Amino acid sequence: MSDLLIGIWAVIKIVALMVPLLTAVAWLPFAERKIIGYIQIRIGPNRVGPRGWLQPIADALKLMFKEIVIPERANAGLFLLAPVLAIATALGGWAVIPFSDTLVISDINAGLLYLLSVSSMGVYGIIISGWASNSKYAFLGGVRSAAQMVAYEIAMGFALVGVVVGANSLNLGEIVNAQQGGVLNWFWFPMFPLLVIYFVSGVAETNRAPFDVAEGESEIVAGFHVEYSGMAFAVFFLAEYANMILISVLASLMFLGGWLSPFEGIPVIGESSILWLLIKTSVFLFLYLWFRATFPRYRYDQVMRLGWKVFIPITIVWIVLVGVIVANGWAWWNI
Amino acid sequence: MVEYLNRLFMFDKIVNYLRSLFLLELLAGLGVTGRYLFRKKFTVQYPESKTPLSPRFRGLHALRRYPNGEERCIACKLCEVVCPALAITIEAEPRADGSRRTTRYEIDLFKCIYCGFCEESCPVDSIVETPEFEYAFEKFGEHIMTKSELLALGDRYEQRIAADRASDARYR
Repeated sequence: MSDLLIGIWAVIKIVALMVPLLTAVAWLPFAERKIIGYIQIRIGPNRVGPRGWLQPIADALKLMFKEIVIPERANAGLFLLAPVLAIATALGGWAVIPFSDTLVISDINAGLLYLLSVSSMGVYGIIISGWASNSKYAFLGGVRSAAQMVAYEIAMGFALVGVVVGANSLNLGEIVNAQQGGVLNWFWFPMFPLLVIYFVSGVAETNRAPFDVAEGESEIVAGFHVEYSGMAFAVFFLAEYANMILISVLASLMFLGGWLSPFEGIPVIGESSILWLLIKTSVFLFLYLWFRATFPRYRYDQVMRLGWKVFIPITIVWIVLVGVIVANGWAWWNI
Repeated sequence: MVEYLNRLFMFDKIVNYLRSLFLLELLAGLGVTGRYLFRKKFTVQYPESKTPLSPRFRGLHALRRYPNGEERCIACKLCEVVCPALAITIEAEPRADGSRRTTRYEIDLFKCIYCGFCEESCPVDSIVETPEFEYAFEKFGEHIMTKSELLALGDRYEQRIAADRASDARYR
């Protein structure tokens, strides 16, 4: 009986996380269209509902009623499995994300390790979709994103190793708590290059502009998801945006002190709160959109050069630096 | 000497490499787009507000009448001849009072390229292009404008057509 209750409680917690998350995922493309529109001196969608706020509902309805076309001679089983894999890995990572000291679905000690392994699984959805579509553009997109994800996974992992060394823990809650005591104790300050590399790798990981070579409209039409339509395409789309939010939340947890307030010690605004986490996450999400509106797509070999020859060496150097600070007891944050 | 040492130790290249680590160009680009975010937007909200139309605007066609109600067209067929898309079909016969008039005047709007040659060729200013550009066809066949439709459009827009022609007359 108690097992059943624990199970029901877990389901309730999962629903309580998924509903706001999927709402955010649905409205993030709307924010993207609005913000990129504003940067291009347009006003973006504003027809559906007041000021266009119901646009995501209209988009969702349209996609739901469209036919899912399975190409002839495509591998139908794998073709339909790929979006499922993509969304499952994108949502699975949220299990260990803490929103405050106690607000976390599963508080496991190797949380960061779990996150890294789950997010590396995400590439399977893309590779399988590229392969199963039986189309040259999808195949090229799949191959590209596989190579890109492998390269940037390493840089991203190394960037997080610096954080792990600094916090002396793999548990995300403990990593945040190690940053208590003001803005200069947050890890962005001692590990600024790692923050930059982590976030840029995150942009590359989620296949977003300027690293969206896997989609590359001008070269390979839409890359790995050319052959997908209707809900199957929508699921890929949702997975991409869920991954963006995941990367942004992680960046705020690791480098910007998660739910800690930047004004610690001052009453009311010094309180730690989930609102601080949401604000920091929004900042990173805005950066995603800002990047997309600003930078042209990298050439494929430049993407590879940046990942292997620039990011990985810099992260290694900085890990050594952080290691020296910690080993000699010079660290001013709470280990 | 300085140049030689410079080349020997690749000083410029090293400085450039170190500079590139600070992402200065990328930040400058972000600054530009960041400023544009707050610019005044150029969007015209179409059905509610529209951009002004030139008096020379070439939209849907119309046939005009004289103020006494007599149609201008004398079936000279110059427009039919000059039309580069062969969109105009004219048939003509003498009317009961002996004047030459069209019995059929049709424009295929799918063929028409809205070049305005018909209007320029017309010796009696009968065929004109109106500022009307908001139209659609729901069935096949509706794209062929008949003589009665053209005359009706001309009656509806006569004042505007005349005003536009008058304001542009100096330049013709």
